[in-house]
Amino acid sequence: MNYIDSSLKVVGTRPIRPDGVDKVTGRAVFAADTRASGMLWGKMLRSPHAHARIVSIDTTKAEALKGVFGVVTAADFPDIPSEEAFVGEGPMNFRDLALNCMARTKVLYEGHALAAVAASTQAIADEALALIDVKYEILPHVIDVEAAMAPNAPILHDDMFTSGVDPKPTKPSNIAKVVTFRKGDVEAGFKDADVIVEGTYTTQPVHQAYIEPHACLATYSPDGQVQIHSSSQGHFMVRAYTAKLLGMNMSNIRVNPAEIGGGFGGKTLVYLEPIAVALSKKSGRTVKMQMTREDVFKASGPTSGAWMEVKIGAKKDGTIVAAKQVLKYQAGAFAGSPIGPGCMCGFAMYDLPNVDVVGYDVVSNRPKVAAYRAPGAPITSFAVESLMDELAIKLGIDALTLREKNAAKNGTKTHYGPTHQNIGFTAVLAAVKSHPHWKSPVKPGQGRGLATGFWFNIGGESTAQVHVNEDGSVTAATGSPDIGGSRASIGMMVAEVLGVPATSVRTIVADTASIGFTHVTGGSRVTFATGMAATQAAEKIVEDLKKRAAQTWDIPVEAVEWKDGKAYPAGSNAGAFEPLDLATLALKAARTGGPLIAEVSINAQGAGPGFGAHICDVTVDKETGHVTIERYTAVQDVGKAIHPSYVEGQIQGGAAQGIGWALNEEYIYNAKGQMENAGFLDYRVPVASDVPMIEAVLVEVPNPRHPFGARGVGEVPIVPPMAAIANAIRSATGLRMPDLPMSPPKVRAAFDAQA
Amino acid sequence: MSSLSYAAPTSVDDAVKLLAGSSGLAKVLSGGTDLLVQLRSGRVKPELIVDTKKIPGIIGIREENGGFVIGAGTPGAVVEAHAGLTAAWPGLVEALDLIGSTQIQGRCSLAGNLCNGSPAADSVPALFAANAIAVVVGSKGRREIPVEQIPTGPGRTSLAKDEFILEFKLPPRPARSSDAYLRFIPRTEMDIAVVGCGVSLTLDAKGVCTAARVALGAVAPTVIMVPAAAAALIGHTLDADTLAKLDAAAQAAAKPISDKRGTIEYRTKIAGVLARRTAAIAFDRAAGIKNGKAH
Ligand SMILES: Cc1cc2nc3c(=O)[nH]c(=O)nc-3n(C[C@H](O)[C@H](O)[C@H](O)COP(=O)(O)OP(=O)(O)OC[C@H]3O[C@@H](n4cnc5c(N)ncnc54)[C@H](O)[C@@H]3O)c2cc1C
Repeated sequence: MNYIDSSLKVVGTRPIRPDGVDKVTGRAVFAADTRASGMLWGKMLRSPHAHARIVSIDTTKAEALKGVFGVVTAADFPDIPSEEAFVGEGPMNFRDLALNCMARTKVLYEGHALAAVAASTQAIADEALALIDVKYEILPHVIDVEAAMAPNAPILHDDMFTSGVDPKPTKPSNIAKVVTFRKGDVEAGFKDADVIVEGTYTTQPVHQAYIEPHACLATYSPDGQVQIHSSSQGHFMVRAYTAKLLGMNMSNIRVNPAEIGGGFGGKTLVYLEPIAVALSKKSGRTVKMQMTREDVFKASGPTSGAWMEVKIGAKKDGTIVAAKQVLKYQAGAFAGSPIGPGCMCGFAMYDLPNVDVVGYDVVSNRPKVAAYRAPGAPITSFAVESLMDELAIKLGIDALTLREKNAAKNGTKTHYGPTHQNIGFTAVLAAVKSHPHWKSPVKPGQGRGLATGFWFNIGGESTAQVHVNEDGSVTAATGSPDIGGSRASIGMMVAEVLGVPATSVRTIVADTASIGFTHVTGGSRVTFATGMAATQAAEKIVEDLKKRAAQTWDIPVEAVEWKDGKAYPAGSNAGAFEPLDLATLALKAARTGGPLIAEVSINAQGAGPGFGAHICDVTVDKETGHVTIERYTAVQDVGKAIHPSYVEGQIQGGAAQGIGWALNEEYIYNAKGQMENAGFLDYRVPVASDVPMIEAVLVEVPNPRHPFGARGVGEVPIVPPMAAIANAIRSATGLRMPDLPMSPPKVRAAFDAQA
Repeated sequence: MSSLSYAAPTSVDDAVKLLAGSSGLAKVLSGGTDLLVQLRSGRVKPELIVDTKKIPGIIGIREENGGFVIGAGTPGAVVEAHAGLTAAWPGLVEALDLIGSTQIQGRCSLAGNLCNGSPAADSVPALFAANAIAVVVGSKGRREIPVEQIPTGPGRTSLAKDEFILEFKLPPRPARSSDAYLRFIPRTEMDIAVVGCGVSLTLDAKGVCTAARVALGAVAPTVIMVPAAAAALIGHTLDADTLAKLDAAAQAAAKPISDKRGTIEYRTKIAGVLARRTAAIAFDRAAGIKNGKAH
């Protein structure tokens, strides 16, 4: 069914969040809160070197230490072949992931794990790590993407032959692949242009910076059964990787999802679980592992840093006739940067006749990148939207008008293939135009920037169950970890369909053995896909309830209507019966056919893409280079805001992370390739006082492929901020800042160069 | 395995004896906001921790001979709540108050900030500028030394193994005197100074500076006094020429390193910027013009 034009009682309201009390009172059980009797502590030995061959690992002394119950190295894991992974988010390979979890012949970045111990206390585990004798042959390393592409760069993988080029290279390199997207004839387009603008931009890798470090608790029983408690964006993902990396059957692994303290894409792969299981197998005890913040920075995935070149040609009236981009994304130690989406997203907001985009996926001696909110899109958009600002200035056209002129609409064919359908970009731009922020004059001394962004959003496999309990209360169970309020929104959709208040439905995240397969919480898919499954399950319950009322009244099921949580006879012809409410039907369930339960598993299609536009006002301290965000408004097409407060929270959170990305976040490496700022003191995410109140403006252009019109909302808001801020700085100072982060020293240096 | 003892003596003598008697590394503990972090990260591995907070007088503020005496372990929150001290030394109070968050303010002390030996410690440039005297106790008795003589390098002090600071003495304040502290950080809080600057000064009735002390943090291995910057102020009002000379003197004195928190070039320029801005606040305050949070 489709409820887009129905009058809704629950969806669109703002009930109190169901996970709130436990979280603010400290009762919520996160992965690190789980423990077991007789539990051991597992700790990882990590490489101090950026690039080295492992000559030998001698663990005998560590094993002999009192209190140590097991030591593992790569030798304890099967040496699995290269195979594209069917789980997680973004391009993954099982062998790469195995080597990332436990180095085999080489360590590829500082922090790369190469051995692990299980001991009765953390202190003993630390002592044991110090007793492991590793002989390294240190190799030259390379950190930056351009250096990694240079002809004489140190090679990370001798079996990496660039794919996507013809003929296939004969020599290995650090370029994993080259991707190209072409539409029209870009050179002809540039010939036709009145004005051409060009720019080179760089961004730094940035970490998802979730507040909860990775943690897990694993038990291997002698009969081969495994229990894992961990926090992730997908417990089915944890199960699949663990099974693959250990050569086990999935049915022997049961993963229990803990409450999750943030993921943002960074918890769509594993680092600890297979190792904890191996340690548990070796020691015969339950093993707990927990990263430190330093481990999180040095060994878990940031998103790519990049080097980018963009060129745009337009007619005098602002019509863009050609657009070209070269993107070089660093992937970290293994192939798999979000170069694909990077190539697709930069120009996806615009209706362009001629486009040429080339992207490179490049490895270097840094931690392997992981998904981060709209993987790839914020990077490419920083470049494109900065250059769009330059184009507007050069043409003397207002930044918004230039976007309106070229905006993608329904029917616009993208340069990467699909044709946009049911999109709300022009509605977003219209909302910008009429917003008081955009209409207000820029305050003296300040500058204003505008930037837009796009993200696909995805659907995929989801399972949901709806159980009507004996008292008529409802439990909704899904396989989707809740990282952004999905328990609330799923419960609300179920409540809407059943015609009961939101408080009647309690949503839980069921473990891998208790619910059908569900893809990771990522790609902004859960409210869309799992919400669709839950809606359909609730509809099955309604059909069942109608059947049971019909049976009770002894009338045909077609003569029963379900409304406001009750069965009614449909019209006077059906007979005069007192309505039957959910509680009454639930109580009688045993006599009308047994428990009231429905389960739906789907592969949801038709996720609607999202567009956003951010307006930002800044002041810049010319002497210190410090940028203050004075006002920030984020406009976004959200399809339908199921729980508007959560949607606003997603938008505010995305913008806040974007502010950090824009202004201060970066990895600082020393000459040896070691990270110097692996902590929140010197890896500067914004603190509360760095971020103004972010006004989220919800534009609702319903996605007709979702029962309530929902689109993914969690990723779009991190796409525009970097360019919005750069454009605001340009407006305030005349300075174009093409390199992120736009930190105080860089801004001051730009002023000095301008003088 | 290594072991760690903890003692919380109730007298100076007992504390000194414990420190003198320890065979390995002994650390004095005040608020612990540096020491505990270093313990957890394994950066220091002491054999003994001597918690000073039970020693009478080490926490608290009193007036003596027209000046203030601040117990070495007095937490930031207590200092900030003292109206008299805040009126006389707004710069010192705001410097201490900048440290960390509300939670840290419940613990962090001047002695800990000074003896941790960080060149970027926030309260230290203000203490230097204030011409504060440290009262040091040890086996050889009690001595009073200017605070500038305590830090000797990053993480190092001139204190002997059995010595610790009992209290700080601030001199009496002539009329039309005030002070100020500013730090530059990339964010708005919870960060370490890229540069810090403390200025304390006295004006005459016409607004001409008659005495000044200027200190800079995070531009050398220790917090440094900058006499040339003070000289640029003395005998002048805060006109453009004075500000330019002050800026140049601060930049000339700055001998920073490039590290993850800033480059030599940037830190040097910021030293000049902050010297000007801090002096302007101190001038206003001394002239009775409200400026900044501490009033
Ligand atoms: C979250 C956080 C934020 C912080 N923010 C800042 C900041 O913004 N600015 C800043 O400057 N610092 C900051 N710090 C560092 C720290 O809080 C300060 O340096 C604080 O003043 C230390 O005081 P304490 O009493 O806690 O010292 P402690 O940790 O108790 O001691 C620090 C050192 O001084 C020695 N010591 C302590 N008392 C004495 C004494 N009486 N005599 C001799 N030696 C002594 C100790 O042996 C130790 O070596 C921060 C720390 C944290 C954890």
